[in-house]
Amino acid sequence: MSVDMNNVERSESQADGSLDVSKEKYYMASQWQLMWWRFLKHRLAIVGTAVLAVLYLIVIFAPFLSPYATNTRFAAYQYAPPQRIRFYDPNDGFSLRPFVYGLKGTRDMETFRQIFEEDKSEKHYINFFVRGTEYKLLGLFSADIHLFGAEDHPIFLFGSDRSGRDLFTRVLYGAQISLTIGLVGVFLSFILGTILGSISGFYGGVLDTIIQRIIDMLISIPTIPLWMALSAALPRDWPITQMYFAIVVVLSLVGWTGLARVVRGKFLSLREEGFVMAAQYAGASDFWIITKHLLPSFLSYIVVSITLSIPQMILGETALSFLGLGLQAPAVSWGVLLQDAQNIRTVAHHPWLLIPALWIIVTVLMFNFLGDGLRDAADPYST
Amino acid sequence: MLGYIARRLLQLIPLLIMISFLSFLIIDLPPGDYLSTHIVQLQQSGGDIAEEQIARLKARYGLDRPFHQRYFLWIWRIVSQGDFGRSFQWNAPVAEVMGERLALTMVISICTMIFVWVVAVPIGVFSATRQYSVFDYVFTFFGFLGLAVPNFLLALVLMYISYAHFGVSITGLFSQEYVDAAWSLGRVINMMQRIWVPVVVVGTAGTAGIIRVMRGCLLDELRKQYVVTARAKGLTESRLLFKYPVRIAINPLISTVGWLLPGIVSGEAIVSIVLNLPTTGPILLRALQVQDMYLAASFVLLLSVLTVIGTLISDILLAYVDPRIRYERG
Repeated sequence: MSVDMNNVERSESQADGSLDVSKEKYYMASQWQLMWWRFLKHRLAIVGTAVLAVLYLIVIFAPFLSPYATNTRFAAYQYAPPQRIRFYDPNDGFSLRPFVYGLKGTRDMETFRQIFEEDKSEKHYINFFVRGTEYKLLGLFSADIHLFGAEDHPIFLFGSDRSGRDLFTRVLYGAQISLTIGLVGVFLSFILGTILGSISGFYGGVLDTIIQRIIDMLISIPTIPLWMALSAALPRDWPITQMYFAIVVVLSLVGWTGLARVVRGKFLSLREEGFVMAAQYAGASDFWIITKHLLPSFLSYIVVSITLSIPQMILGETALSFLGLGLQAPAVSWGVLLQDAQNIRTVAHHPWLLIPALWIIVTVLMFNFLGDGLRDAADPYST
Repeated sequence: MLGYIARRLLQLIPLLIMISFLSFLIIDLPPGDYLSTHIVQLQQSGGDIAEEQIARLKARYGLDRPFHQRYFLWIWRIVSQGDFGRSFQWNAPVAEVMGERLALTMVISICTMIFVWVVAVPIGVFSATRQYSVFDYVFTFFGFLGLAVPNFLLALVLMYISYAHFGVSITGLFSQEYVDAAWSLGRVINMMQRIWVPVVVVGTAGTAGIIRVMRGCLLDELRKQYVVTARAKGLTESRLLFKYPVRIAINPLISTVGWLLPGIVSGEAIVSIVLNLPTTGPILLRALQVQDMYLAASFVLLLSVLTVIGTLISDILLAYVDPRIRYERG
């Protein structure tokens, strides 16, 4: 699917008019500089980068940004709807301090469901930098300051779940797992894919055939059933961190194949080049040639390939956790959160349970934008 | 051509052996098995189960043998008698449990394939010929979105919308009166009325991908010299487009079946769990959870084999359409 959609940006760069002025600059620039310029031209990629930067900041500061801990329960507020942050009240007029209305629960006597309504007589101002549950930032600093909290009332920006836990808090904490699992998984795939792809492309012969057959096999097995089977094999009673890494391994056992193919293809076309032969005659070892001459010459393609496989990993983890084969509660990931949305009746009454899905979609979309921009930039000499 | 097909068939054999081994290995790997769990449950609920009976059950399911013997026995029975072993959970032959479900999975997968192509190719052609038009941007956007929305989420959202706004539940593949009915014309029609939901849901990501490939390939073709020549000679635009560029641009599409089909089968598995379709997905999940190993292994094996065969057919088709392929790999 290496088709670009960004000819738009390209033609604009040509129509820029500044080409004559910058011609000299262009010819003097290094390859990386050219890539960087090309990347900057890709507006969607810039948007993607910015949004992803924000998301990863959220990952780091999740405990600070969220008002509660993941397991803080408000028994009186089960399935509370999202609250709106307001600045205007009909009685008091405009207030610079944001506030939320209190929630009043009534029980529907027919269905016995708790239904919440905003109690407009009750105003709860939002306080900033409030003290709350203690947490550890980056596993290093202990703190108990949270960015915000409402006065004398819980605040549910995204509503609450079955046991009255704040969904906003859980989405932010869920990002910690969902967003990192892609990175760690891609790192593993990168190592596996590069090593096996290099061996396959550089040496050829029997090794190449074996590795290619393994790749053929892994590609031909539908991923979800394979992932399901692999993760069903993991013991349910493992602690969260162990389970996390096991899932990463499962995802990357399948994910390395694409990268290995890219690497192998590049090796096949490059190994006949003059500079490789020159290095060989100069007495360089295979390892030296691979790591110093070959890999750097197509590093940009590797970067593109792994960027585009991060969203696949994220979706994989989400799907597995959603099915109950991935991470389990009390671990919090977006997939685990979506487990609550499996029952359609629950979702129909409490649609805010689908909010984690929006986060997944945005994340994957932004990674695709970024990958697309990188793909364009990877080959800066093309027009 | 025959030589090419023969060569591809030969290549298939080691692949199938590896797949069968892997399927069995994964399923057999986790400690414990259905029978031991079952026995423990029986003992806990007070039922006393005789050693002799345990031994007999184990022998019946082949659990008293070492791994490699079990594997070869399993494969041997499949190849010689078409016997996939017994399902513990259903207490029935695996083939019986899988039969209709596997067929329905295939029906949905094939329908999805057709849907993807029918929708994606015209849009791809249209997008390429009207590059940078509003139409092109809209579909580019939808393409990105289609790739970003996991299909089980799409299924959830569709279910939510139809339930919340129309009060209709779109789960299942048959309406109430046809669920357990025997196959009849009415049942087929009933299925066709509902099958579009999983087809559309599973097909979205594939459609988005194929539109991009089609658009890109056609754009590459349209920039070539022969198109300019043809235009200079005064060919009408439609003839110019369909005579060669579209035909050439479709070729690489046929080879995309290789990644499209596993994606569809895989998407079908998870979507059918969400929509509760009577296909392989829910049963596979259940079988994996309770370690019903012969059933689970057979599902993984057959889903993979079907995918491999589908890919093979597409490769042969490609070789038929594009003679260069046949000579390329010597």
